[in-house]
Amino acid sequence: MAAGKNVLPGFQLTLGYTLFYLFLIVLIPLSALLFKTFSLSWDQFWSAVASPRVLASYRLTFGASLLAASVNVVAGLLVAWVLVRYRFPGKKIVDALVDLPFALPTAVAGISLSALLAGNGWIGQYLEPHGIQLAFNPNGIVIALIFIGLPFVVRTVQPVLEDAEKELEEAATCLGATRWQTFRLVILPSIGPALLTGFAMAFARAIGEYGSVIFIAGNVPMVSEITPLIIIGKLEQYDYAGATAVASVMLLFAFLLLLVINALQSWQRRRSGASA
Amino acid sequence: MSSSKKTPSRVQAGTTESTLVRWLLTGLALAFMALFLLLPLAAVFTEALRNGWGAYLEALKDPDAWAAVRLTLLTAAVAVPLNLVFGIAAAWCIAKYEFKGKAFLTTLVDLPFSVSPVVAGLIYVLVFGAQGWFGPWLQEHDIRIVFAVPGIILATVFVTFPFIARELIPLMQAQGNDEEQAAIVLGASGWQTFWYVTLPNIKWGLIYGVILCNARAMGEFGAVSVVSGHIRGQTNTMPLHVEILYNEYQSVAAFAVASLLALLALVTLAIKSAVEWRHERELKNGAELSPERPAAATP
Repeated sequence: MAAGKNVLPGFQLTLGYTLFYLFLIVLIPLSALLFKTFSLSWDQFWSAVASPRVLASYRLTFGASLLAASVNVVAGLLVAWVLVRYRFPGKKIVDALVDLPFALPTAVAGISLSALLAGNGWIGQYLEPHGIQLAFNPNGIVIALIFIGLPFVVRTVQPVLEDAEKELEEAATCLGATRWQTFRLVILPSIGPALLTGFAMAFARAIGEYGSVIFIAGNVPMVSEITPLIIIGKLEQYDYAGATAVASVMLLFAFLLLLVINALQSWQRRRSGASA
Repeated sequence: MSSSKKTPSRVQAGTTESTLVRWLLTGLALAFMALFLLLPLAAVFTEALRNGWGAYLEALKDPDAWAAVRLTLLTAAVAVPLNLVFGIAAAWCIAKYEFKGKAFLTTLVDLPFSVSPVVAGLIYVLVFGAQGWFGPWLQEHDIRIVFAVPGIILATVFVTFPFIARELIPLMQAQGNDEEQAAIVLGASGWQTFWYVTLPNIKWGLIYGVILCNARAMGEFGAVSVVSGHIRGQTNTMPLHVEILYNEYQSVAAFAVASLLALLALVTLAIKSAVEWRHERELKNGAELSPERPAAATP
């Protein structure tokens, strides 16, 4: 930033408008959730957030999100690596396609994946005879969440790989390291923070995801019912207190993840700042 | 990923893999992309055209489908400009000035990204719903916000809230204040400085943010699903209409409407890539023309 006095006008206007809009759209409505939660008695709150059906939904949502984000780390690293390091025809189009899950509405992804994986679908028809069911059970949820989360890992790892200094790899090779050792001991540590950030972002997105999942999940209580769907179910029965209680648990977790992601990102910035 | 044991035949060999490994990794990555991204996209269009073009066009002519298209366009037409103005204001005060609590403010701007869409819809029900804060007052004055169009727009504004701000903040931070300060010192007004100095510098980031914001605004499902009354022809956006048709086993009609949304996604990706390539070219040309200040305009 410029030293001395900042002569640019508009600070009060823009900060004032930013705060006004932030309070109006985000903070005041979110505080309604907190007020409503605090107006519940402890028993009301606890019976809503810790009933067996809701607990099963946490296990499913967290488990599926964790699994999908882990797959995304491996697949995302592979895609980012290939896009940064190798040349092949159509690379620019593949690069553009990575963002498809950001651009494609989640409901469209949901019905399309379930059409592919259902027993009579393009892929499902070959798997069903072998007893493999990918749609309308937790498998489908994981697949939908892999689709949703892929760009997060690719887009956080890609710029770090692009900036990586090849001199370090050359040095490692000169010192007798095999390519695999170089990857494991030199490259992986340098992209570690970015990989973790991508993982956390894909995980956070997967926990809250609704549109793509409900079409393929089957939505059987205790088996394939995700937490956001529990909230919708309670709302449809006019159980506003219960819906709010479960939503506050999700919101709390989202805050924690946001803090983790912020910490990871500043770690990554320090790392790249130190090596540059 | 196995290592290459062959002796390096070229100078570069120390920093790349053997041809076999390269082919294998590229093949794996492309196979994964084809399976997880390309196939679902292809399925949308194939399913939509399953009964031929006639049935496809018939499905799109349905008045309820048209009402959904209109509502989606209206929602985006309100939500995107609102978030555009906010994004510019937020980026200006966060990127151009130093003040206490700036990092915290930046985190708050990003907050809607980490809130589940379903929770985003719920909070508006708690504020404007019948049992909500303003519920009784709104009912007295016969104003409907939730389960009506205003609620759909509000929920959409919430989920697309950070899109433009978060594109602009890092870009304007990287560009610094020098050019604007020169303009002010030379006698330009604040608005002139913004229009003639700042705006040309951030135009690519701005377009980028707007198209991503627009894609999400038109495609949002979870948040809108909570605050919409699901009334056909009135409070159904395109994604909600897709859901209704799909649940009624009108597969071709559901995929026909979905194909419009998939086309929107493809157009979004095309514009986004064009903007990126254009920007890269400009950077390259700029670097060639004026090597003494290559970093000045680099985001």
